[in-house]
Amino acid sequence: MPSFVNPEKCDGCKALDKTACQHICPNDLMVLDKETMKAYNREPEMCWECYNCVKICPTQAVDVRGYADFVPMGASVVPMRSTDAIMWTVKFRNGQIKRFKFPIRTTPEGQAQPAGGFAGAPDLDGPTLFTEPDSLGLSAVWMKH
Amino acid sequence: MQDFKTVVVDTDFLILGGGMAACGAAVEAAHWAKQNGLKVTMVDKAAVDRSGAVAMGLSAINQYVGLKDGQNTIEDYVNYVRNDLMGVTREDLVANIARHVDSSVHLFEKWGLPIWTDENGGYVHEGRWQLMINGESYKVVVAEATKNAIGPENIYERVFITGPLMDGDRCAGAYGFSVRENTFYVFRSKATLVAMGGAVHVFKPRSSGEGQGRAWYPPWNAGASAYFTLKAGAEMTCQEVRFIPVRFKDAYGPVGAWFLLFKSRATSALGGEYMQERRPELENWLPYGHVKPVPANLRNYLMMLDVMEGKGPIYMRTEEAIKKLAEAAPDEKTYKKKMKELESEAWEDFLDMTISQAILWAATNTAPEEKSSEIAAAEPYFIGSHSGASGAWVSGPEDLAPPEYFWGYDNMSTVKGLFCAGDASGASSHKFSSGSHAEGRIAGKAAIRYIVKENVALPTISDETVEALKAETYKPIKNFADNSASTTQKDVNPNYLRPKMFMLRLQKIMDEYAGGVSAQFTTSKPMLDKGLELLTFLREDAEKLGAEDLHELMRCWENVHRMYQAEAHVRTVLFREETRWPGYYFRADYPKMDEENWHCFVNCRFDPATATWEMMKRPILHLFRPAAQAAGS
Repeated sequence: MPSFVNPEKCDGCKALDKTACQHICPNDLMVLDKETMKAYNREPEMCWECYNCVKICPTQAVDVRGYADFVPMGASVVPMRSTDAIMWTVKFRNGQIKRFKFPIRTTPEGQAQPAGGFAGAPDLDGPTLFTEPDSLGLSAVWMKH
Repeated sequence: MQDFKTVVVDTDFLILGGGMAACGAAVEAAHWAKQNGLKVTMVDKAAVDRSGAVAMGLSAINQYVGLKDGQNTIEDYVNYVRNDLMGVTREDLVANIARHVDSSVHLFEKWGLPIWTDENGGYVHEGRWQLMINGESYKVVVAEATKNAIGPENIYERVFITGPLMDGDRCAGAYGFSVRENTFYVFRSKATLVAMGGAVHVFKPRSSGEGQGRAWYPPWNAGASAYFTLKAGAEMTCQEVRFIPVRFKDAYGPVGAWFLLFKSRATSALGGEYMQERRPELENWLPYGHVKPVPANLRNYLMMLDVMEGKGPIYMRTEEAIKKLAEAAPDEKTYKKKMKELESEAWEDFLDMTISQAILWAATNTAPEEKSSEIAAAEPYFIGSHSGASGAWVSGPEDLAPPEYFWGYDNMSTVKGLFCAGDASGASSHKFSSGSHAEGRIAGKAAIRYIVKENVALPTISDETVEALKAETYKPIKNFADNSASTTQKDVNPNYLRPKMFMLRLQKIMDEYAGGVSAQFTTSKPMLDKGLELLTFLREDAEKLGAEDLHELMRCWENVHRMYQAEAHVRTVLFREETRWPGYYFRADYPKMDEENWHCFVNCRFDPATATWEMMKRPILHLFRPAAQAAGS
């Protein structure tokens, strides 16, 4: 239904001011049912299956079931994202399982410095951007003449 | 109807959008704003960490010129883009982005994006311009640098921008609404950047149910940039240049790594390679038919010819490609290791950016090393940052633009104070994620320069104006509240139209009359005229959109935005009496390319005061001598 929520695992992020999935969904699909205090996807046919709700859920309550109008049933793709890597478990319809792990970033979370350690103090006039030409690895920005 | 409070936010530089171009603009502008005591504000309809087209992640950076290692020149990149767009490109804009894009890529790496490197420490290229990355957190990392640059207190998330705030002929901000709270926002600014993405779901997608969400380009890109710039009265360009990507069928997984990195072949079901067998057809599209790589629309076209002759399905020969690469191994042990490595690379390509394709492979028991996968043409999209070109007509840089393309500030539209980048600026294709970021930086610096040099003041907006904009914004809420009790089923009501049906109506018009999937991407003057007639009824009915809540209010406005993109497209396709991009669309009444009359840009302008459209031609001026034409002469 693209993303769906397991009611046994979802606690409505009750300790927080808003649910994590609601906070992150780029298409404003995840919403908290105030009566059951469980989250749900209100517009499955507008879901891109970007998995951001799955990755961010603190209780692993969110999963994805492939689009019913063209995907045969029975497969699953489940991520486990840490601060520097992501591990994927892919389960085939025939039961075969594959596992992959990939790095996701090389710096500690929160530490991305805008200038990236590059020097460069150009002028407001002219084409040279901040951090340039250092960040280009050149002595100057390319000019036609 | 419930009460909505009004909040007025004053800033110097207003950035609309939170994707790659917007983040580039923010990180750059923050530096110059600090030097000049100015404030930068960003407004995103989602959460910046995961908004825009890179929200899911990416498996490659598609634009890296490699200037520092002398891999390519600026001219090489300009030639590539010009040829891929069948000659229609603003070379000054493409060159401007190309000379800065490496800088953005090097910043991404410093911020923490893992870029693949080889044994010598050099970047691993997917193709000539493409770098392989571990890009699951690409957007997270870029957003983090943005937040650290402008401060989280200057970022408004979950605020949807309805339209432009005008001060005479100048853009002086924007107005919109929170999708979480009953708050109407008026942002007053000295300069404004539009970077709210391209447009999806203007045309009917191939999928009919849940799979509608699986557009190739994300469904939340709903034409906000095109609407904003049109309603501000800005001149627009290349509104006819839609993009139809050929991707793995249905889930739209990327094909770039397969074609470029794994050197896979694409064949018909009969085993023939359309790119070889149909080579003579390219002679009809010279000089562009002879360039390498063959322009994307012509590659599409050759494939479509196979499909129309009943030679489908078309297959990416994945098992053959993987076997060939692994066979280069000298012994059994290395072979197995190589196979394992290739399998992992193949899956990561999908898991980083199109997880649905991994689900589809798993659900159909598809192991790429064992069997081929189907590829197909998707539906039309408006995406000026990729292989489309639609967007606003903007000023080039002072040192590269001829006088016809220059009016003071890089990336400023023809409306004072209104800057555009990413999918919002036109005729500068193939900037992708990295080039969009670089272009955002160019625009961000130019906007600060504009504010400083022109000594711009904040606008005075009357209370009456604010109230009028607020009433316009919340009208769908009022329509629903006033009328929903008059029937027993809230979806069916003679007094309002819910946004989902409005969108389906738009998609049906575009699909059938403007050359969508059902029409085999073919249209003609009579068809387009009929489409315009139906769009006029739709525009009138937009007044009757009804929204039950704030989420649906956003959907209403998204579809109004899509409708303006649709009309700009139809009018421009109608005006250009030739077929220049077969594979993207065909004019059945003008089936050939006409270099003599149509080697030019077609621009349009919507006059907000009279609600009328003006069409015009603009010349194509070269920064470099066109290589393809030179080769033919």
